[in-house]
Amino acid sequence: MVASAEVRVARCGGSRINFIEPIITLDSRFLLCASGDAVHVYSTSTEERVHVLQGHVDLVTGLRLNSSNHLQVYSCSLDGTVKLWDFTDGILIKTYIVGHKIFSLYVSKFHEGTVFIILPMESSANTEAFQLVALHLPKTTGPEVEARDILSVLRDVSPIPKATSFGRGGEFVASASGLQLSVYFFRKQKTYRFSLKANDKKGARNRFTCVASHPNDDCIATGHEDGKIRLWRNFSQKKEYTYSTEHWHHSAVNALHFTPEGTELLSGGVESVLVLWRYGAGSKKDFVPRLGSAIEHISVSPDGSLYCTSHKDNKIVVMKSSRDISAIIQGLVKGETIRTDLLIDPRTKALVCNGKPGHLQFFSLRHDKQLYNLDIVQQEYIHEAGLHQCEVTKAAIDAQGSWLATVEERQENPEELDIILKLWAYDESTQSFHLNTSISMAHEGQISAMCFSGDAEATMLVTTGRDGHFKAWLLADHPDAQGEGASWSCDYVGSYHRREPTRCCFSADGSLLAVGFGEVVTVWSPSTWELLVTFSQPPGDIRDLCFGRLSCSKYLLGTTTKNLLCCWNLLTCSLEWSSTVDVILLQPDPLSENMAAFSRASGSTDLFVFKPSEPRPLFSQKAVCSGTVRRAVFAPREEVLEGCDESTQWLSCSRLYFLTEHMELMTFSTKSEEDQIIASSKQLVIDDSVAVTPFYLLLGKHRKSQRETQDSVSSHTAARIQLPQGSPAIRELLHTPAHVLPSASFLCNMFVNSLLISKSGVREDGRCREEEMGSEEEEEAEEQESEGEMEASVSAQGPAVQGFQTEPTPQLSKAQERELRKLQKADFSWLSSLLDS
Amino acid sequence: MASYKATRIPSFPRLGEKVTQDTLYWRNYKTPVQIKEFGAVTKIDFSPLSPHNYAVTASTRIHIYGPYSQEPVKSFTRFKDTAYSGTFRSDGQLLVAGSEEALIRLFDVSGRVALREYTGHSKAVHFTDFSADRFHILSGSDDYTCRLWDIPSSAEVSRYSEHTDYVRCGTPSRLNPDVFITGSYDHTVKVFDSRKERSVMTMDHGQPVESVLLFPSEGLLVSAGGRYVKVWDMLKGGQVLVSLKNHHKTVTCLCMSSTGQRLLSGSLDRHVKVYSTTTYKVVHNFDYAASILSIALAPNDDSIIAGMTNGVLSVKHKKHPEDRKMVGGTSRHRPAYRVFVKGKNYMPKQDDFLVRKREKAHLKQYDKELKRFQVSKALDSVLKPHVRLKTPEVTVAVIQELNRRGTLKNALAGRDEKGLSILLSFLIRNVVDSRFAPILLTVAEMVLDIYMKVVGQSAVVDKQILKLQELVEKEIDYQQELMEVLGMMDTLFATMTAKKEAAALCLVHFSTNHCISKLSKKIQKGG
Repeated sequence: MVASAEVRVARCGGSRINFIEPIITLDSRFLLCASGDAVHVYSTSTEERVHVLQGHVDLVTGLRLNSSNHLQVYSCSLDGTVKLWDFTDGILIKTYIVGHKIFSLYVSKFHEGTVFIILPMESSANTEAFQLVALHLPKTTGPEVEARDILSVLRDVSPIPKATSFGRGGEFVASASGLQLSVYFFRKQKTYRFSLKANDKKGARNRFTCVASHPNDDCIATGHEDGKIRLWRNFSQKKEYTYSTEHWHHSAVNALHFTPEGTELLSGGVESVLVLWRYGAGSKKDFVPRLGSAIEHISVSPDGSLYCTSHKDNKIVVMKSSRDISAIIQGLVKGETIRTDLLIDPRTKALVCNGKPGHLQFFSLRHDKQLYNLDIVQQEYIHEAGLHQCEVTKAAIDAQGSWLATVEERQENPEELDIILKLWAYDESTQSFHLNTSISMAHEGQISAMCFSGDAEATMLVTTGRDGHFKAWLLADHPDAQGEGASWSCDYVGSYHRREPTRCCFSADGSLLAVGFGEVVTVWSPSTWELLVTFSQPPGDIRDLCFGRLSCSKYLLGTTTKNLLCCWNLLTCSLEWSSTVDVILLQPDPLSENMAAFSRASGSTDLFVFKPSEPRPLFSQKAVCSGTVRRAVFAPREEVLEGCDESTQWLSCSRLYFLTEHMELMTFSTKSEEDQIIASSKQLVIDDSVAVTPFYLLLGKHRKSQRETQDSVSSHTAARIQLPQGSPAIRELLHTPAHVLPSASFLCNMFVNSLLISKSGVREDGRCREEEMGSEEEEEAEEQESEGEMEASVSAQGPAVQGFQTEPTPQLSKAQERELRKLQKADFSWLSSLLDS
Repeated sequence: MASYKATRIPSFPRLGEKVTQDTLYWRNYKTPVQIKEFGAVTKIDFSPLSPHNYAVTASTRIHIYGPYSQEPVKSFTRFKDTAYSGTFRSDGQLLVAGSEEALIRLFDVSGRVALREYTGHSKAVHFTDFSADRFHILSGSDDYTCRLWDIPSSAEVSRYSEHTDYVRCGTPSRLNPDVFITGSYDHTVKVFDSRKERSVMTMDHGQPVESVLLFPSEGLLVSAGGRYVKVWDMLKGGQVLVSLKNHHKTVTCLCMSSTGQRLLSGSLDRHVKVYSTTTYKVVHNFDYAASILSIALAPNDDSIIAGMTNGVLSVKHKKHPEDRKMVGGTSRHRPAYRVFVKGKNYMPKQDDFLVRKREKAHLKQYDKELKRFQVSKALDSVLKPHVRLKTPEVTVAVIQELNRRGTLKNALAGRDEKGLSILLSFLIRNVVDSRFAPILLTVAEMVLDIYMKVVGQSAVVDKQILKLQELVEKEIDYQQELMEVLGMMDTLFATMTAKKEAAALCLVHFSTNHCISKLSKKIQKGG
């Protein structure tokens, strides 16, 4: 950290939500899944994230509902703790410190006060060995408890959570590891081990991948690498066990799960088809096909009404048992590689990059949520290993966000290359991109770079191909009778001494085009297609090219493969300066003159931020991440960050995001920014007691201002701050679901009264208490009366009502009144605390 | 759960002429009715009266046809030599015609014998017409004169001998009974006023004038002669407004559409061109079998009639929407409208529980098979005659999809003689199509690989393979020739600094050529 400790590299959103199997709560309203070192609580019906349970400091590896209290959930993490949460409120209840890395967590209904976890075996030097242990949770109070009461159950188990399963009534636990299935019976305290041969006759691969136990039958289902599912029975004897085999999957079974009633067995794999096997009906099965991506985990809600599959593309699909999709929770899709650049959509400020195969994803960085997927390839995706798929290799968006250009490529062998250049127009009415032009074989070779001109009037696209040409594409109008509008066509084909173009770049105003041919940079005028000037700094081919912005627009920057960063002055047509840095990535900030350069240095990557006109870098940081940086992009901020000093000035209007070698999305955050976030979150905590509804926001503001005026009024009288006495009623009004409230005209009177401020604070307070006391008595009296005696109850109310001549109580129905009063009673504590303060 | 994505059929850019509003309008005519006349048809004139009969002057006769008749409803045959320029009067009662025998004859349309004969010209009269006041006849003759005759007295009113060559065409002004215009082989177009002794305006066309035409407003004059059609501005004293050179042989006739927005010109090059009178660009083109001598458009453009040198009269009637309805309505009984809307126009009430029926996406047969991974069946379904002949792009798209899935070989294999011969005939038909060549060459290679062993067992298949080889060899020769041409063009282009698209074109040809020659080697090896 050379420059300052003010700027920090932070991980930003988009972590995996498909790491472990998600769980659905007992009432099927929420879905919990681990995401990095936090647990996210989603609503199963609206896909909205309700809570984030933060507390673990390392990857969360296990998540189970507390069997004794269905509103609590256990989570375990590699940081060696098991935590108990209340997920409805997002509160951490308890932390049990185990002290070892925990790889998995199980809870059995029949083992109260105990959880089962998988730990590495300490005794052996072999770090690959793991054991399943029972952890007795101490009943001591306090937020942090040491839990050391460990009892080993099974040794040599697989650390993968889905390879272990608890059987009927918690009688046994089955765990598979490699080619061996171990079953431990708690009552007999005996372990049976069943082994399969490594290779069967027909070249089958018998390694176990996952295990599931039938909830109320002695049956264990195991999935295998070759796609077979074996159903084991009679395994309480060492010799006489049997199994039957079902085979549908063509490659490994990734997940198995029984429904709670045990009528169906769900399985999934690479085929991205959810197979529902009917239990006890042979090989009868149903399919839910085309789920989009390989299935990693399957889970079923405790009442069996919801099935949930998590997929390889960071997606969780929730479907009803009728096989209708009810929700799709999609995180940032991260494949092994990213072929496209990171782009920012100027309209939504969303990050655009490769998503699902053949798609582009639009990911909102601000909300850490995928906005939508754009299907580029528009072909049926065949889930098969070794098949050459069509891939989106390049994408570019013009400055206004009205045109998107994509290149898709499919290469089976060096001779057969399919390239399609597609141009998408933004449609205002549907708020998405629509295919306008599709050009097959736009270049004879691969397209190496693509960029839009910044000119707003006449948008131009330039592509450079491995065939030694660069082509300019223009939107041309073809007035046809078929009613087809404007489409793109080739305007110019250029080349330079039969060299291969590698990079292209437009100046900010679109008046100059720079194309790098090998080690030569050529500058063209797009209006006349005249070669204006060439620059060359041999040896070393051009790796990146970009024009300076704003006040530095007279500079052209280039990096070469031979560790050189050059800056040419376009006015004098000469080299302004150069320095020997191995820059792997050069990224201009669209909103300022700044340039970010990532350079490689012994196993890590350094960052320099500089202005082309100034010799000294604005900011530099050594070792921003280990390994290389794949892609980077500047994203504009929603609002300009204030209070930046000199070293963080470059982060004031845009943020720099980058993708590391391990496909992690990182960003730079300043200290002041973080402070702001913390402050705002504190503020949120205070306000958390009241549900934040639009109504609340409206009223809250009003109340706050009222409080302030009251403050000023009552300060000299030294009286306590007096809240409107009707506030419990308002609260009740805000908290009661709309469908049980009486009509608005009915409530209006009460509401207005509640907002009236009485003059004498002390007396009012007493009266308020009186009122509440009175109402309590009334309620008791009412409860004694039978429901039918309406008139009697009204007459009983009579005197009480007469007591408050100043505020006429609106005529409420009995049930409503009771409800209101109940709430008044509930709010007593709040009122007393206010009085105390 | 995403739904199945149907196979995308790429749409290829349509080559040739663009479809515009004009093409649609002028294409909306039925196939022409051909009527054989005795000689070259020199003049066609429509009657201004309602059934709009038309008089056709050919050889020694003038036939009058009804609008939809193929036989003449009336004919005037009392000519001893070739008749010319049979023209109706504006009330449709009288018809005048000149002839090779230097006579002008006036007929009653309902009669048979000529009412009057006007003698005075010394040579053949090629142009006759009525003046706008209906009482005079204009004529132009090969004796270089044009004359004005009084109809009732058969007397010559005036004579103009300003032209120095044959007067072959002319037109009276519709607005002024005294003004008429003549065109002559002395390259001039002259405007005469019968109140004056001499011509009032002379325009030099530059070629022998074959036809003149006044715009309905009579502010503009069109003259045709040689390969040119020229438009003159009368109000600016006969300045040339535009000169059109779109025919490559002499333009013989002119005609105006009923709205006055389109100008038609027929030529000896067998084309009729349609010009827009606002831009003077060719908006449409008709092709005929022989050189065109005369052309006429019925009022409302209901029919286009062209007369040709070989004596054929081509009549094209406009398609009317009622015609089609009459044909379709009688033959098929369709279900009533309410059958289609049954149950769909029910408005749900407030408390109704709505159960939506899932929209079922309609998939084509080949997509259904592809969805089930039945690759051979999918290929079979697109090799059915109506698909492979009418929409080969669908067949090729499915083949491409199979190739993408890596199952093309499986789909091609295991065919019997009949199936294979269908496949080969499809290849023979389409393999040299530049749109399909890349993928079909792969298919051809695969087919040869798979069925190499069975060559020689079936005469039909062997014959087709030989045919394929021949075709491919021919294509190679053709490509080679093209390469030579491109080489020549390159030398020309090299001198120019303009765009270098030719180079890209060259590359395309080179790559296809390469593929094809590879395939040819393979066939030779197999055969």
